[in-house]
Amino acid sequence: MVNERLSVTLAGVKMDNPVVPASGTFGFGLEMDRYDLNVLGGISLKGTTLEPRYGNPLPRIAETPSGLLNCVGLQNPGIDAFLATKVPALRKVYGGAIIANISGFSLEEYVKCCERASACGDIDIIEVNVSCPNVHGGGMAFGTSAKAAAEVTSAVKKVVKGKPVFIKLSPNVTDIVEIAKACEDAGADGLTLINTLLGMRISLATRKPLLSNRTGGLSGRGIFPVAVRMVWQVAHACSIPVMGCGGVASAQDVIEMMMAGATAVQVGSENLRNPLACKEIIESLPEEMDRLGIGSLTDIIGVA
Amino acid sequence: MIFTVTSNGQAASGTFRMVLSSPEYHGSARGGQFAYILLPGYYLRRPFAISDCGEGWLEIIYCTVGNGTRELSGMAPGTRLDVLADLGHGFDIRATKDAAVLFGGGAGIAPLKLLARELAAAGKKVTAIFGFNRAVDIPEAIMDEIRSSGAEVLIATMDGSAGTKGFVTDALREHGCSFDYWYSCGPLPMMKAVCKAVDCGGQVSMEARMGCGTGICYGCSIMTAKGARRVCKDGPVFDREDIIW
Repeated sequence: MVNERLSVTLAGVKMDNPVVPASGTFGFGLEMDRYDLNVLGGISLKGTTLEPRYGNPLPRIAETPSGLLNCVGLQNPGIDAFLATKVPALRKVYGGAIIANISGFSLEEYVKCCERASACGDIDIIEVNVSCPNVHGGGMAFGTSAKAAAEVTSAVKKVVKGKPVFIKLSPNVTDIVEIAKACEDAGADGLTLINTLLGMRISLATRKPLLSNRTGGLSGRGIFPVAVRMVWQVAHACSIPVMGCGGVASAQDVIEMMMAGATAVQVGSENLRNPLACKEIIESLPEEMDRLGIGSLTDIIGVA
Repeated sequence: MIFTVTSNGQAASGTFRMVLSSPEYHGSARGGQFAYILLPGYYLRRPFAISDCGEGWLEIIYCTVGNGTRELSGMAPGTRLDVLADLGHGFDIRATKDAAVLFGGGAGIAPLKLLARELAAAGKKVTAIFGFNRAVDIPEAIMDEIRSSGAEVLIATMDGSAGTKGFVTDALREHGCSFDYWYSCGPLPMMKAVCKAVDCGGQVSMEARMGCGTGICYGCSIMTAKGARRVCKDGPVFDREDIIW
């Protein structure tokens, strides 16, 4: 059943195809009950923290032209429940790459979570989120300075054994290449980019911000060119693999993101509009490749 | 699933109803479930309670509250719309032993129309109490359809221009119905007032700005007595005691 033309190897992890639902847009995997998850190359699970979190009050969602803002705020059951129930339950039905997305409010929290996730045999890749814009005193603070991002990277690399560590980068920075290079130098095995862009909407009726957290992360089709640009910049400056993320909504977008330099491609907000998005994108990749004269997806990584 | 608009028209001041049809749809909605509709030009879908359904069609009743619903109200028959139907968990009619009261306000009457039909079909006595601001806000034809499905319909208006003057709880007091269970959909203050005024068990349909509508994004999680629950997937209907008012 596996079409070798689509398969990629991401930091040593073999995947049937490069398509991965992005963290925060696919729950912990089993929430998606509309298709067999095994069509997916990998799944990046919802951001997980040391302690359980409810997240921010409602409203957490606001629409934008060609996208949305969210301030969910890392709702999750905490790392221990995540490892004890969510990951094993998913592994029972899913054979592809399971990517644990880890968030924190301190260096120690990142280290503790990554250490525990490292010990879990069902997890293939650890994605360290230093770029969540929706929690105070953490998250994005680590991803907006090269020094802090490098510190998190080297600290978690010390405790993670036998599986690659990807650092998920924020686009809300002056120079993403500088931060990407700092992570690479600190030992990161790969990079995921981009997380959401910080935004705001105001209700004309109440004259107040629409979101409970005032600001939120912008995602969706509108940010695709920003993501392509940043993936291109980072992939050409670094030698570690990149998972491209941001506004991907079609097989053509996957191909474009790979041409920019991504080895795997995450699909986020489109899952919210169309629950079958990832499945349909994967199914239409071969036809799109034929049309464009692409033999194998690995041939186009970074050709742009 | 692609549906085609078969009818769309005004039912009262600011209230519209639309019937959508698709040969692939089999009228499987339960009262309280919703249709999640993608409107051309908008990024996120909009949730609408399904107010009635049958083989090949479903109906929604909606108020024009923003740009999206205003555009929806202008859509001509023949327009094709991408719809995710029958989302969420609806009302549980088995909770009613003999007699139920339905409390609705504004567009909250929509899921109660379908629920009234289900309850009546199951042999339960049904009284619907609907609250409106003014008589012109009452969709009379829809009220008649609910009556003909077997329910008694009582009206409360804020200005007293029809039925009992005041809230649905005032109409309940005035008519003194006897019932063993209740259901409600409408503005939060109304549902809260019903909870306060009525002792027996009940279920409420909650509203939230949603992302996915299918339970994957956690954009609409509310904190309940049982922990965080997604309005779109675990709800929109919740037991009254689960809601932290």
